[in-house]
Amino acid sequence: MRAVISVVGKNDIGILADVSGACANVSADVLEVTQTILQDMFTMFMLVEVSEGKSDLKSLQDELEALSKKRNLVIHAMHEDIFNAMHEI
Amino acid sequence: MLSGKNILETIRMIDDENLDVRTITMGISLLDCADSDIDVSCEKVYNKITRLAKDLVKVGEDIEREYGIPIINKRISVTPIAMLVAVSGGNPVKYALTLDRVAEELGVNFIGGYSALVQKGFSAGDRELIESIPEALSKTNHLCASVNVGSTKAGINMDAVKLMGQIMYDAADVTRDNNSMGAAKLVVFCNAPEDNPFMAGSFHGVGEPDCVINVGVSGPGVVRAALTKISKDAPMNELADVIKKTAFKITRMGQLVGTLASERLGVPFGIVDLSLAPTPAIGDSVAYILEEMGLDTCGAYGTTACLAMLNDAVKKGGVMASSSVGGLSGAFIPVSEDAGMIAATKSGVLCLEKLEAMTAVCSVGLDMVVLPKETTPEILAGIIADEAAIGMVNSKTTAVRAIVAFNKEVGEELEFGGLLGSGPVMAINQTNNSVMINRGGRIPAPLQALKN
Repeated sequence: MRAVISVVGKNDIGILADVSGACANVSADVLEVTQTILQDMFTMFMLVEVSEGKSDLKSLQDELEALSKKRNLVIHAMHEDIFNAMHEI
Repeated sequence: MLSGKNILETIRMIDDENLDVRTITMGISLLDCADSDIDVSCEKVYNKITRLAKDLVKVGEDIEREYGIPIINKRISVTPIAMLVAVSGGNPVKYALTLDRVAEELGVNFIGGYSALVQKGFSAGDRELIESIPEALSKTNHLCASVNVGSTKAGINMDAVKLMGQIMYDAADVTRDNNSMGAAKLVVFCNAPEDNPFMAGSFHGVGEPDCVINVGVSGPGVVRAALTKISKDAPMNELADVIKKTAFKITRMGQLVGTLASERLGVPFGIVDLSLAPTPAIGDSVAYILEEMGLDTCGAYGTTACLAMLNDAVKKGGVMASSSVGGLSGAFIPVSEDAGMIAATKSGVLCLEKLEAMTAVCSVGLDMVVLPKETTPEILAGIIADEAAIGMVNSKTTAVRAIVAFNKEVGEELEFGGLLGSGPVMAINQTNNSVMINRGGRIPAPLQALKN
């Protein structure tokens, strides 16, 4: 399955590296990244592959939750299909 | 990849605007559990529900975590228990206690189906079940009861209306020390839908499959937030378009969750009930949507028109988003469960008569209204008869869930807690109607029934 990670928070050095690191820790494969800075706000969306047997979404969510607390960021990791269902006909 | 704007929109709806799937309700037929010995019957009921719904809560929680969408309630609805009482005889409260025990063990918050369908008359088991409702609701925590007293096809059973006035009164009376909670779990219907996933009126209709998953979506906060972005001089049809688009997105979410739950539980997917169901949480209010359309307070003249448009636009938007729509589908107006309705009632702008008018265009009826202690069973029956008449003539579902507050004065609030919220006691017209109610009999089916 593919999951969408969204990261929003005050810009700082190394956010992308930390989020990618969290993915690597649980063997989630990063497929696409879109990142921008808007008025000092760091905004990033990442599409990752969480394949059965190698990694699981729950571990990824736990990793990212720890990171969001440490860095004071708002991070969500959700199944891609929720966005597809809502925004595509 | 998906656009960032769309991703953020979905996350904002969930985090800030209270978007959620209100309920995944598993409907279970108990027809094959009926036995001439009530104890054997109860055991079969216990075993069947436990077997089919053992993973319901876990599957709901898994989907919630993976997809990031809150699923507030996991519930069960069953075949109207009056049908089992017809076969088994005995004290129907035994079924109530069995259902409550199953709900407790499975971790579902409500189980619906302590019901009887008596729109044209009472058959075996119906009267026994109805008369046991106050005791059943006072001895259980998770059980919900409902009785259908009328339909467009059958007319209104006025004997049942009279009886339900008394039962509604008694259900509040026997639980008066627990904020009359019994009456908050009892609904009297006209044109009750057989696939409604929402409590307290949910039951598993006889035309339904053996087991089915129905989903109720919600999202008044999302609709209101979308309307705040429109200028105050935009015409009403523009508001309708925005509501339709928002309802589409909300319903797609419900469809996805329903499909997933049905796959994982190995149970067919029934319907999505595309309802705007408010909660007492700040911002999760249907009244606020109506006020956002341009009314200072819900209940002002124009409220019924706004609600009619809202109810219709929600359906139009949702229909295309789901493979199968059913249940109640529309906007709910439960007073105690909606912060805006509570405020409007307290301010005196929203009265029972205005609510009654609104029920002609909303998805259900008079819901969670708290009435003063001098209200008699006959007056309750009169309220039920009026609502049933609106439903019968307009070919729509109507219902009454009214709670007599024995320990409170007019203006004071009755606290139910949780999703049921708290309702201010409303002053109502107490004019005597007992001769009419005591006539009993039937109001014949209206001309609309003759469509064949």
